[in-house]
Amino acid sequence: MILLRLFFEFFKAGLFAVGGGMATLPFLYDISARTGWFTHAMLADMVAVSESTPGPIGVNMATYVGYVTAGIPGAVVATLGLVTPSVIIILLIARALTAFRANPLVDAGFYGLRPCSIGLIAAACVLVIRIALFNIPLYQESGRLPDLFNLKAIALAAVLLVCTRCVKKLKGLHPVFFILASAVVGVVFRF
Amino acid sequence: MKKLWQLFAAFARVGIMTFGGGYAMIPILEREIVDRHGWATEEELMDYYAVGQCTPGVIAVNTATFIGYKVAGKLGGVIATLGVVFPSVVIITLIAGILTSFSEVPAVKSAFAGIRVCVCVLIVNAVLKLWRKAVVDKATLVLFLLVFLLSVFFSVSPVILVIVCAAAGIALTRMGVRGK
Repeated sequence: MILLRLFFEFFKAGLFAVGGGMATLPFLYDISARTGWFTHAMLADMVAVSESTPGPIGVNMATYVGYVTAGIPGAVVATLGLVTPSVIIILLIARALTAFRANPLVDAGFYGLRPCSIGLIAAACVLVIRIALFNIPLYQESGRLPDLFNLKAIALAAVLLVCTRCVKKLKGLHPVFFILASAVVGVVFRF
Repeated sequence: MKKLWQLFAAFARVGIMTFGGGYAMIPILEREIVDRHGWATEEELMDYYAVGQCTPGVIAVNTATFIGYKVAGKLGGVIATLGVVFPSVVIITLIAGILTSFSEVPAVKSAFAGIRVCVCVLIVNAVLKLWRKAVVDKATLVLFLLVFLLSVFFSVSPVILVIVCAAAGIALTRMGVRGK
């Protein structure tokens, strides 16, 4: 029975959380308050863990909460509950989109949507850059300008930028190669 | 059957290589879906991403469903989605017992600090690459700048931005501004 409830609760989160993984967070707080399956503190830990494991954050959180509540079947059921509404909705949209792709109105809409898409990705990138390359809390505390820059990280970013854009032999490599190399650099140089 | 397996495997790779949320997926998707399999064009990828922003659910899942459907119909959509969530379910279940202590290990913290730097660079590259396909005239340049600034400085909801931009695209085309 708890599996059915897990599915239903995460189905609701998947249906109403618009705008990506973090949007599921308020729904998880709500589930926590109503069911007592997990505490708010566990949820806060989970956000940290989701950021240090691969995969979409929303999915990671569903799996973890499901596991804590009802073991491996719980993990599977909660995740399926979360993704089912999106799959249904996107399949409907995708079908309509295939039918209306050639429609001038739809084409004009996408002409406006593409710069929006890039704008949103660029904005997300600024957020990651603020966390990864700068040390804003430390600067606010000390007021010393050099504290603002995370020099090790900026040096790594510069090297990566040159490697991925200018060095012919490295340019074509799979992104995961650079991700793994950066993880190693992070550990060796104690980022 | 072979196609479905390819979809599952490709999206499982995307799932395992996505660190830190939906946007980190863009460079990996480009590589796996556009360059490697040719399942979608860069333009389509941006379209799916924009639609995924304003429909409910995890963006990675929305994009997977779109591409899966395009390649192999409804079943393709389902299989691609299962592929993208599969690594998360396995990894989180495996480390669930030690999960909270896992993220406290200094080496893990350092590794992810390094990965974050890399994700920045990869996203910058993806933006530069997609830019040519999206910002094609003066009007789209203005739209890009508006979305970027409103999103960074005023945290305007992506849902609003997506709807307004689609309407603007239609209006601008009607006004004959497109392509100038």
